[in-house]
Amino acid sequence: MQILTVIMINSILAVSLNLVTGYTGQLSLGHATFMSLGAYAATLLTLKLDFPFVASLILGAIVAAFFGFIIGVPTLRLKGDYLAIATLGFGEITKNILLNLEFTGGPMGLRGIPKVTNIYIATIVLLLVIFSLNRIMSSRVGKSFIAIREDELAAEAMGINTTKFKILAFTIGAFYAGIAGGLYAFLFRYINPKDFGFMKSIEILCMVVLGGMGNTYGAILGALFITLLPELLRIVSPAIAQYRMVLYGLLLVIMMIVQPEGIISGSLLDKIKPKKKMEKGGQ
Amino acid sequence: MLKLENVITHYGNIQALKGISIEVKPGEIVTIIGANGAGKTTTLKTICGLVAPTSGKIYFQGEDITHKSTSDIVESGIAMVPEGRRVFPRMTVLENLQLGAYLNKDKAQVKNDLEKVFNLFPILKDRVKQIAGTLSGGEQQMLAIGRALMARPKLLLLDEPSMGLAPKIVANIFDIIMEINRTGTTILLVEQNARMALTIAHKGFVIETGKIVLEDSAENLLNNEQVKKAYLGD
Repeated sequence: MQILTVIMINSILAVSLNLVTGYTGQLSLGHATFMSLGAYAATLLTLKLDFPFVASLILGAIVAAFFGFIIGVPTLRLKGDYLAIATLGFGEITKNILLNLEFTGGPMGLRGIPKVTNIYIATIVLLLVIFSLNRIMSSRVGKSFIAIREDELAAEAMGINTTKFKILAFTIGAFYAGIAGGLYAFLFRYINPKDFGFMKSIEILCMVVLGGMGNTYGAILGALFITLLPELLRIVSPAIAQYRMVLYGLLLVIMMIVQPEGIISGSLLDKIKPKKKMEKGGQ
Repeated sequence: MLKLENVITHYGNIQALKGISIEVKPGEIVTIIGANGAGKTTTLKTICGLVAPTSGKIYFQGEDITHKSTSDIVESGIAMVPEGRRVFPRMTVLENLQLGAYLNKDKAQVKNDLEKVFNLFPILKDRVKQIAGTLSGGEQQMLAIGRALMARPKLLLLDEPSMGLAPKIVANIFDIIMEINRTGTTILLVEQNARMALTIAHKGFVIETGKIVLEDSAENLLNNEQVKKAYLGD
């Protein structure tokens, strides 16, 4: 049952990164950092200040969003891949600060978190996230995000304030990642800076790329696959399970060559159709 | 209508515009001709705020727009068709046109403008649901122009509309540019295809390495020995 809850949490992470990377076209390599900020903030609020679960969760997400905004303002003004580098650096800084601060437990992390998150709560939160994302994407704001991804200069020439919308997408993405972090903390009852390292960020990116950039349901499919993959490997052969990161890398390379638009995309259908025709023609 | 006074623009340390002064009067078609890298595109980008000038002044309808944001400039009535068309490739024709009207919140007006664009480019109406990236070059150029018109510009900036298109299509596009001008839109056209541009323009500027070296009526420029030799291939 726990694995299902983890799938829901990972789905929230994937759809929120998909907003930033898939819809708005800004590559972030530090999504797990915002997850950690949400997790730590929510945990500390509950453990030290006795905040109720829901309040901790939301305030944790706000803390993550705040840092998303702070890191987004200077980097998203620039065009190109500066964001990727900046998020990478920010992730390492955050991890090291969490490792060295006393009130975050340092490398020991924080333990004794009450177990609140369950499959129902995680599912409800995921549905709320999907619902609100769909609302955003069908609005003018969502159209602006996609226009920026499609052609930033043209979007700007249409009068879209590209910097503002990039920061907005990034901040919303960080908010959702913060919620996922809170859910994670209240599920595993123990958090440690290493849970949210660079590898976790790459894992989330894998989900998005695998499922299909710019497709919410694709991202969920990607989350499902990437979450189940190590479990399946463990059943098949524990020896291979150790090399799951290698497998992620391999999967990404293969995806980029064979199906760069992800599992769910129009082009997959296009590819299948002419093949069928050819087969018929061959007969 | 549009006036540039000694505009200087830098890209980092490189001075791309070295003091450009031009004027465009209402109702005119004005063209800036020049070689690759002379500063034609930079001039247009500076006018619509995509690049910030280092010094100089830009006035539009008497108002100083030098340091305004692109969205304010678009709102005040300047729209640009960027070089290389730059349609939103994975969006439909309709979505592209709707984004052109991004700043217009009057839905009835947008619908009306859409009809006007379809009248000007009937082919776009036939392809309204088609993905823009799958259109031909000429159709993409039409879409890019249509998209800019959706912003209801008083002044339309066109950056190399003939680029990479067959001569027949270029002639077609230029006919439409004249048609747009006749319905009351002032046009500033930047072109490498100097002959084509000077044929439809009222007035022309010749730009060389960031400076205006010649300005005259289009007719005089077409007969100017210097221009003939350098840009018309005579």
